[in-house]
Amino acid sequence: MSKQVSYPYIPNADPDIKQQMLAEIGVRDVMDLYEEIPARLRYSGVMDIPEPIPDECSLKRHITQLLAKNVNADDYLSFLGAGCYQHYVPAVCDEVNGRGEFLTAYGGDPYADHGRIQALFEYASMMAELLDVDVVSAPLYDGLNAFAKAICMTARINGRREVLIAGNVNPDAVRVTRNYLQGVDQPVLSIRTVNIDHTTGMLDLMDLENKLSPDTAAVCIQNPSYLGTLESQANEIGQMAREAGAEFVVYVNPISLGVIAPPAHYGATITCGDIQPLGMHMQFGGGHGGFIASSGAPLYQEQYADPMFSLTGTVEAGEYGFGVAQYDKTSYGARENANEFTGTGTVLWAITAGVYLALMGPHGMEEIGKTILYKAHYTARKLADIKGIKLRFTGPFFNEFVLDFSSSGKTVAEVNRALLDHKIFGGIDLSKAFPIYGESALYCVTEMMTKDDIGRLVCALGDILTASATHKLEV
Amino acid sequence: MSRDEKTLLRKFHQARWDEQIIFEMSVPGERGILVPEAEEEIQLEIGDISNLVPGQLLRRARPGLPEINQMRVNRHYLRLSQETLGADVNLDISQGTCTMKYSPRVQEHTAARNPGITELHPLQEPETVQGILEMYFKLEGFLKEISGMDRFSLQPGGGAHAVFTGASIIRAHHKERGEEQRDEIITTIFSHPCNAAGPATAGFKVITLMPDENGYPDLQALKQAVSDRTAGLFITNPEDTGIYNPQIEEFVRIIHDVGGLAYYDQANANGLLGITRARDAGFDMCHFNVHKTFSAPHGSYGPGLGAIGVCAELEKYLPLPLVDYDGERYSLDMDRPQSVGKIRSFLGNAPITLKAYSWIMQHGDQGLKEAAKVSVMNSNYLEKKVREIPGVVVWYAEGKRRLEQVRYSWEKLYNDTGVGTDDVMRRASDYGVEHFWKSHHPWVVPEPFTLEPCESYSKDDLDEYIAILEQVSREAYADPDFVRNAPYNLPVHKVADPTIDDPERIAVTWRQYCKKREKAMGAK
Repeated sequence: MSKQVSYPYIPNADPDIKQQMLAEIGVRDVMDLYEEIPARLRYSGVMDIPEPIPDECSLKRHITQLLAKNVNADDYLSFLGAGCYQHYVPAVCDEVNGRGEFLTAYGGDPYADHGRIQALFEYASMMAELLDVDVVSAPLYDGLNAFAKAICMTARINGRREVLIAGNVNPDAVRVTRNYLQGVDQPVLSIRTVNIDHTTGMLDLMDLENKLSPDTAAVCIQNPSYLGTLESQANEIGQMAREAGAEFVVYVNPISLGVIAPPAHYGATITCGDIQPLGMHMQFGGGHGGFIASSGAPLYQEQYADPMFSLTGTVEAGEYGFGVAQYDKTSYGARENANEFTGTGTVLWAITAGVYLALMGPHGMEEIGKTILYKAHYTARKLADIKGIKLRFTGPFFNEFVLDFSSSGKTVAEVNRALLDHKIFGGIDLSKAFPIYGESALYCVTEMMTKDDIGRLVCALGDILTASATHKLEV
Repeated sequence: MSRDEKTLLRKFHQARWDEQIIFEMSVPGERGILVPEAEEEIQLEIGDISNLVPGQLLRRARPGLPEINQMRVNRHYLRLSQETLGADVNLDISQGTCTMKYSPRVQEHTAARNPGITELHPLQEPETVQGILEMYFKLEGFLKEISGMDRFSLQPGGGAHAVFTGASIIRAHHKERGEEQRDEIITTIFSHPCNAAGPATAGFKVITLMPDENGYPDLQALKQAVSDRTAGLFITNPEDTGIYNPQIEEFVRIIHDVGGLAYYDQANANGLLGITRARDAGFDMCHFNVHKTFSAPHGSYGPGLGAIGVCAELEKYLPLPLVDYDGERYSLDMDRPQSVGKIRSFLGNAPITLKAYSWIMQHGDQGLKEAAKVSVMNSNYLEKKVREIPGVVVWYAEGKRRLEQVRYSWEKLYNDTGVGTDDVMRRASDYGVEHFWKSHHPWVVPEPFTLEPCESYSKDDLDEYIAILEQVSREAYADPDFVRNAPYNLPVHKVADPTIDDPERIAVTWRQYCKKREKAMGAK
């Protein structure tokens, strides 16, 4: 007797039910339903996919064993950042985004999905407070895409042809943007890089002055920059951009904004960034979501490409309801005539970021900013005391800073390999992306680090670099 | 009381909490969570924090966030979740073109709770992330088998993002061959709007083919549209109508003959897994919505994962990095000079990779084929019954079998009663199902609705859904106004203006709403 295969997730695979349904449809075999597919296009082979693990217990063991091959940042101390950060995730964030209703909803209308849409509206509203602007976009794929789309908006706003991007912006943001703006016969906007001062890590204002022109659609900075530095000339940069008739786009880390001024305060006309720090686990890069924000002036509001929900009423007096704003401007309404394409975004993470901001409130955001500032600066100070390590830039910073190991005689790769033996993920190796800084690494410190954790890093690096010195003496 | 055993209808009422907007709950002084402080020694050593931040960058006033205790925040969001009908709690067989299949909990729990994925940084040394890289590599292998393509990138954040990536690759391909005059993309009106908008964002002009009288993409129109400016074709099959185009190879051949590339949008692939493959029909590229088709849930509208597959000739253009395997260890290939670059951060949405890998591992070759076949059977069963409902018509391709979904029409109901698809949609929800998907714009089929009962739903689920549509049809013929004024059993009542274009009324944040409300009051 052949073994009956059952599928817990395919109830109608049961032979009796199948028979009954096929009879109702009026065919004998389920393959008869595929009669429209020409025979030569039918696949008759067996796909090279492993023998299935049908029971849940064994499958879970298989997946758990695979994940056990990874080393994670709960077990090791991690000083990695560069756009993905290990902050504390409040339990309520996990509670809410684990709810089946939110987890498995799609794009329902503002009736049976009223709650989903209210949560999304509240996310945008709380982000608006944090950023001190009136309009916040639908949640986008990630911060890099938000940056590219923000720049794309500026071309529509002023019709100019060139964008100036600071040299200390995340190189991947520039890669995404370059492809996004490429165009077929000519780019939507051509990209020019504005130099940075290699001592302070801040923008070279002379170079900006030289490159600004009537063609400049936007000046774009990241603050804090990819290299960690805070741009203390942000006001001046904004002013220069405005005087040239250009937009001022700032990519910001939202978790800094309890202590650092939001870009709108120093002249940014468009702010963008990534919400991952606000309540999302790192998930190997799976926790990202992008935002774009601006004033509500029609010139700006009309440029958004993804559908947003607008608070309104219902036929019942006093009841809140939601409508879609400017649907006909999105590609769902206008196909190729839309501002840009749109599609599935990252709403689950937006809802979660809303929960995070609601929990933190104004005081929590201020306090976390302070804690990060303290701990990052303490770490930098202790590390810079180690022989062979220098702080690369003199400028101020928030949660990340660049350490220069060039004088230690060791490469960052060697140092990081040695740190793994101490169960520490060292900072990101910049020697390939920024060769001009020699053997440098980008270190990140969040509120998760304790003084003891920082002490462990200091000791480990001390050991590694001293061992190297001793080793050299012996040679 | 339980569901009526004769009518299969429920006395449903969704949670209606009349929940305030979160700012209206704020009580100054309340806290939702406390934050760790830096140790005293650190504070003493570093000193005044304001010395660390340049004066012009210091935030002067705290953000205007609400102040709410933790229990109330938790309660608020759980109430909002109850005012949401996810696929977990309703018969979501109604989202045609978007496969809403069951997401096994075991995958969800692992992805959300195992620190072996939740606490992985994407820039860790490859040696420390061999497990997740193995899943990436193997899932790519499965997708290659399912499509016949040679290489996949799992970086795009959704189907539309994959389409945009495909357009970027087509652009790079023609550029390398010095054929930059190829600036036209051809698509069809029944392909998803992203097949027009993605290439347009990439800089292409878009030509949209309308269907022939039988609802098929018009082959003659395609022949007239192609030229030496044709860069490529973006097409779905079956299209959003559920009708499979048996001449698909001919479409691909015509595009190839003029030097263009053919892209298969496989968002509608659920009925085809292991049945027919994109590469075998001659396509150069395709994408799968890995969320949906391979069981990861939709997350209230993302995050998603649009895996893009290409033939060997186009591999060099895929976004960087790709995951490689030398027989011993997994690594990241960053040395890809002809790549279109980055599409999204890092390697994309890793948890979705984990879920899809798990789902495919649990099903194997036979299970995937079974899922496809049952999804098509379910749709045909549903179609048989829905066609019998008064007021329903089905346009096009009379007598032809449709696959995993069908675009229906309430055209007759509308003509008979004045009740349109929007009205039926709202009223059907009163019986406990999510709003059905109507159609993308423009509506070629009048008063459309599109159903896709994938393999997850039982016969009893389908029968209940059919009973709901029958009931609403009866109600429409008996009392059209009653249906037009629905809903009655949902968290809120009918919204008078579901789309808002007037700049004076758009309010996408609470502060924008308050400002405009004040302005309107002032004007009065």
